Amino acid sequence: MLRFLFRRILIALPTIVIISIFVFLLQKLLPGDPLLVLAGEERDPEVLEFLREKYRLNDPIPVQYFAWITNALQGDLGTSLRTGQPVTELMAEKLPVTIQLAVMSMIFALVIGIPAGILSAVKKGTATDYVANVVALSGLSIPNFWLGIMLILLVSVKWQLLPASGYVPLSEDFGQSIRTMLMPSFVLGTALAATLMRHTRSSMLSVLSADYVRTARAKGLSERVVVLKHALRNALTPIVTLSALLFGELVAGAVLTEQIFTIPGFGKLVVDAVFNRDYAVVQGIVLVTAVGFIFMNLFADAMYFVLNPRLREA
Amino acid sequence: MTHFKTALITALVGATALTASPVIAKDLRIALQSDADVLDPDQSRTFVGRIVYASLCDKLVDITPDLEIIPQLATSWETSADGTQVTMQLREGVVFHDGTPFNAEAVAANIERSQTLDESRRKSELKSITGTEVTGDYEIVLTLGAPDATLMAQLADRAGMMVSPTAAAEAGADFGLNPVCSGPFSFTERVAQDKIVLSKFADYWNADEINFDSVTFLPIPDTTVRLANLQSGDIDMLERLAATDLAQAEADENIVVDRAVSLGYQGITFNIGNGEKGDNPWGNDKRLRQALSYAIDREALNQVVFEGAFAAGNQPFPSTSPWYNTNFPVEGQDIEKAKALLAEAGFADGIDLEVQVPNSTVPLAVMQVVQAMAAQAGINISLTSKEFATLLADQSAGDYQASQIGWSGRIDPDGNNHQFVTTDGGINDSKFSDPKMDELMDAARVGATTEERKALYDEAIEIMLDELNRVFLYHVTWIWAYNNSIKGFTPYPDGMIRLEGVTWEE
Repeated sequence: MLRFLFRRILIALPTIVIISIFVFLLQKLLPGDPLLVLAGEERDPEVLEFLREKYRLNDPIPVQYFAWITNALQGDLGTSLRTGQPVTELMAEKLPVTIQLAVMSMIFALVIGIPAGILSAVKKGTATDYVANVVALSGLSIPNFWLGIMLILLVSVKWQLLPASGYVPLSEDFGQSIRTMLMPSFVLGTALAATLMRHTRSSMLSVLSADYVRTARAKGLSERVVVLKHALRNALTPIVTLSALLFGELVAGAVLTEQIFTIPGFGKLVVDAVFNRDYAVVQGIVLVTAVGFIFMNLFADAMYFVLNPRLREA
Repeated sequence: MTHFKTALITALVGATALTASPVIAKDLRIALQSDADVLDPDQSRTFVGRIVYASLCDKLVDITPDLEIIPQLATSWETSADGTQVTMQLREGVVFHDGTPFNAEAVAANIERSQTLDESRRKSELKSITGTEVTGDYEIVLTLGAPDATLMAQLADRAGMMVSPTAAAEAGADFGLNPVCSGPFSFTERVAQDKIVLSKFADYWNADEINFDSVTFLPIPDTTVRLANLQSGDIDMLERLAATDLAQAEADENIVVDRAVSLGYQGITFNIGNGEKGDNPWGNDKRLRQALSYAIDREALNQVVFEGAFAAGNQPFPSTSPWYNTNFPVEGQDIEKAKALLAEAGFADGIDLEVQVPNSTVPLAVMQVVQAMAAQAGINISLTSKEFATLLADQSAGDYQASQIGWSGRIDPDGNNHQFVTTDGGINDSKFSDPKMDELMDAARVGATTEERKALYDEAIEIMLDELNRVFLYHVTWIWAYNNSIKGFTPYPDGMIRLEGVTWEE
């Protein structure tokens, strides 16, 4: 297993290098001069020239890239052009926020998606199956921003049950923190739940028709044991991959959800940074997210070993 | 029984006294449309940043809602007869949040910092000051290279904000991470994109007028969500309510709406002589620009896009400004005149115009309305929507025919004009050049009296409205919405939120 993981990490390294070049070049390819916005309304030429020097924008692009990547490898991703805060500090500040959102959304997604998928597979062709499918389909089709604003208007403005937006750190007030995150994670979670439900259903269906399930039933095991112990375990393997891949969707979804609910997380950081041409922040986040994504995939690979003993011998 | 009665009455009176107590110290939560940039008055450049400063940093002078300059940290000032020296008396007993005393030395250090800090965005605003001389603990003389009528107005904004010289010397360019000023509230904490928390400064010179323990600024970009937060009681006040949300806010009995027409303008800037692209009929013939101006019904534009909440405009200042030239009021649409001008210029069959526009909802809506109006006169506008940084870069490089852009506005009329219409103007992206205009603008800058200056601007505006390198469309109205427990809020045309004298009464 260690050798397998080692090989995977080796493959991941060139990917990270390519991503870093890509991230850097994308920023440079964007039209417009970020400094014109940063210099202030008056666009004082003296200030512009100073900023160009300060952020090394007068250097050739490869020189700029190597300066950036050298610092990045030492853990220094530069400072935000807008607020002057170090990018690593900004990310450290935002990461727990998005992780909390992601974890809570994933809980919503798993709690809704997997049982719904199992149920609709076991009760295939019945009313339960159709209802579950319709619910899943609406989860996929309703745009996050619409659902978010509707929930705010209903739950916060009309019923005054939950805070409309914002964020309270877990360490500051646990209860309030969970309360502020409930709506955003529900919005993000339902969209993922739909995908999870569809996949659980199809995966369960194929497993349920397998020989060993028939054998299990023939042994006289209860349907409950057959479904939950024998079928589900095998059906879950692809679901684990999917959950890991959904991490990407989660980050993408967080961008929108954080924007609606004004949650100061990773997603909001990157959107605001793009709009403000705060490219040190954009580069830093995209790089870290890409690396995170690669590691999530590595993690999924490792999980196969845990779930499927046959792989361990291969 | 009598005892019981007395006790009951005492209790009731006591309870009434408690409930009627007018001032409740609390944390005031204010939602901003976006997050502020770096919190250093010398480096910052955003509008919302200035809203935070209104509570954090005092200035040498302030303005009234009618744009008159009034004392803040400077109690009085006098300009020498030749206009090259300003002697200021400073307020005594003022301290910065770190305990550093405020005095003439501190003012000198602040001016030096604004002029010499590499990152400073205030250099052009204080360019006229060539030297400072501390002539007493609380007296300073500013020496000017040439008379500058705009100086006091500059000192009423970021250039006049006083930061602690001790803290500034220690932090250098990183001052913004932990700003230390002398305003009513001191900096407590900032979480980027989440909140900026300020706490009441006990040693503030005017502390009796400050009725909140702390103030928290929360950036909430979505207008619907901002209003929802106010309605649900999660915030107490918001700035820049969307005009389209006005009806909803006004219908809510718990919400008060206040407004003030801003100091800035929105319009269409033409490329007159900025590179090759300026050499086109629109840049070469002012009759075409006049035709477009006649084709626009500015009041209808205001009604359609802003539900009538903004102010239709045809000059660099709104009609509410003392500098507005009343000889040229906003006129209605005149398609016949527009067509006649087009024909005169040789385009009787119509003409194309390409306008670049920032890719957000409001500018696009504005330009689509203008597009429809212009079409009535035979002007066929095509819109190119660009992200703001790109639009600005293309505009400054001369790679455009016309551009929908505006200006946030300055207290002094010079700020809305000089740099846009003088030959060497820093942001004259039109590259408009007219010796007469240069002369008027320079003269207005040094003019000794307000009347003298007004006459010069009146003349300049006549030329501007004839040349039209900028076609003015409308003026933004600042709209604040707040909980009806907030009393004593005064709307200012600069869009700031001043908390002196504001109270919370439930």
